[in-house]
Amino acid sequence: MNDRLKIGNQELTSRLFLGTGKFSSNKIMPAAIAAAKAQVITVALRRADQAYPEENILNFIPEDCILMPNTSGARNGEEAVRIARMSRAMGCGDWIKIEVISDNRYLLPDNQETIKATQILAAEGFVVLPYMSPDLMSAKRLVEAGAAAVMPLGAPIGSNRGLQTKEIIRILIEEIELPIIVDAGIGKPSEAVEAMEMGAAAVLVNTAVATANDPVAMAGAFDLAVRAGRQAYLAGLGRVIQSNASASSPLTGFLHE
Amino acid sequence: MKFIDELEKYSELDYEAYFRKITDDDIINVLNKPSINRLDYLTLLSPLAENHLEAIAKRANQDTIRNFGRVMQLFTPMYIANYCINQCVYCGFNHENKLKRVKLSMEEIKAEGKLIAETGLKHVLILTGESQEHSSPDYILQAVENLKGFFTSISIEIYSLEEAEYKHAVEAGVDGMTMFQEVYDADIYKELHLAGPKSNYAFRLDAPERACRSGMRTVNIGALLGLNDWRKEAFLTGVHADYLQRKYSDVEIAVSTPRMRPSVGGFPPRVLVKDINIVQYITAYRIFMPRSGITLSSRESAKLRNHLAHLGVTKMSAGVTTAVGGHSKGEEVSQFDISDSRSVREMSAMLYGEGYQPIYKDWQALV
Repeated sequence: MNDRLKIGNQELTSRLFLGTGKFSSNKIMPAAIAAAKAQVITVALRRADQAYPEENILNFIPEDCILMPNTSGARNGEEAVRIARMSRAMGCGDWIKIEVISDNRYLLPDNQETIKATQILAAEGFVVLPYMSPDLMSAKRLVEAGAAAVMPLGAPIGSNRGLQTKEIIRILIEEIELPIIVDAGIGKPSEAVEAMEMGAAAVLVNTAVATANDPVAMAGAFDLAVRAGRQAYLAGLGRVIQSNASASSPLTGFLHE
Repeated sequence: MKFIDELEKYSELDYEAYFRKITDDDIINVLNKPSINRLDYLTLLSPLAENHLEAIAKRANQDTIRNFGRVMQLFTPMYIANYCINQCVYCGFNHENKLKRVKLSMEEIKAEGKLIAETGLKHVLILTGESQEHSSPDYILQAVENLKGFFTSISIEIYSLEEAEYKHAVEAGVDGMTMFQEVYDADIYKELHLAGPKSNYAFRLDAPERACRSGMRTVNIGALLGLNDWRKEAFLTGVHADYLQRKYSDVEIAVSTPRMRPSVGGFPPRVLVKDINIVQYITAYRIFMPRSGITLSSRESAKLRNHLAHLGVTKMSAGVTTAVGGHSKGEEVSQFDISDSRSVREMSAMLYGEGYQPIYKDWQALV
């Protein structure tokens, strides 16, 4: 099946993006990434520690993966821009996940500041993937600002509550021409299936894999889920016939009388 | 409005009466709520809740792993001066105590920083006593300037500053501020802080808020356990953290749960705070403030710290000395005796053994 996801100038075969922040040891990551068959890996730049190779998270990401550093810790657009530039200077490539959070109670992103940062960084040639609170107008502004994809949250980071924002995500999938990647909230493979069946281009998972009892096995489970959901979407879900469907046509039957 | 006004709302709270009315069902109901309020938190701090500690601990463990992951941030304190004009009866640096007063020169600070950095740590906490003469804000910020090359995150645990001074500190590269109120009960505070600027309860109480307004990234508060009924102090620390986090949502509010340790002055704790109490405090706070950091110092024993790693703590000190220049010059007179002297390597090995990844670097100063 030649079903590729195009982001920037990359064509991806995997639609499962993996986060790295919560593993009990960096050493688990290569196996988890392999089991997930993930190609895009996000890393908080704040954690990258080139002075300490033994513990440097960047050294545990396979070389054939696309690194998507994120701006975790940025409280406004300006800080996100500075972190992104630092990331590029450190040799982490041009992909950047914008994460601007000025709300430490729920860790909800600040869309307005995210749009500002997206605009600046896209103009500087970054492949910008902004993390956002699902909202149609903000998503349209991100498109105008030059984003390469839009990443709405399903539920707050780390909540494992699933697709709480499902209806808005459905609207974004319909209305936004860029890939919609569901980021945050997905706690179980079944929820990843649900997002993919709806037509999400990909999902990003961290907590659900990293904090599972067996992260490698869970990464494999998410791979299956994402592929199943995608295949179901491409196959076209059958209509669900309602039980009160009636054979007669009380409203249009007159046309055939 | 300032926090002192918020605190006033609880001045008439009859803790004993509240605790007496709590039933087992109340505790179970609180544990079943997705998020809990301030009085629910007090319910979890009640004597009766001790009977439900395993259930409380389980939830605290899960909430911590979901929100922070299986990781533990490491840092170390660095004492650069112990001159102090305050008379805090419980503190080793008390002005009245006859101990060798020292301050590090900038060269010594660099040497100390270099040694700490060689352990891999990227987060450092600078401490001083209160002395405009020997450890002025200028001296401290000069130290920051000399340490920037070694660390990616520098925090201060010093005397209360004015808001403009905190702003200078932020501009100089300080991203975190730790300020313990020591005791929230104003009467007890007065009894224990006999002289010096620190005897001004209200000015100290407002310091974390001044730091929040100045652009600090993290503000860490706490009560020194052993000076008053720990349940009340734990409750008011939680209320303080909740107040700050709601008002300054862009600042990461964290708490410490320091328990009194023997020090030069020999002042004994007024109240005995047991291990079970610390566990109840940390786990209840975790459920109340699921995304707030909890910092644990080496005041606690290695064994207890190993267990607390699972119960809500997100940040631990490692390779600790509480003496001025202790890293480069060896132990001299310390602020208090530590209980856990494990090196950074030993702490890392312990954490990996417990299923947690030690984090050496979790911030990158924005230059």
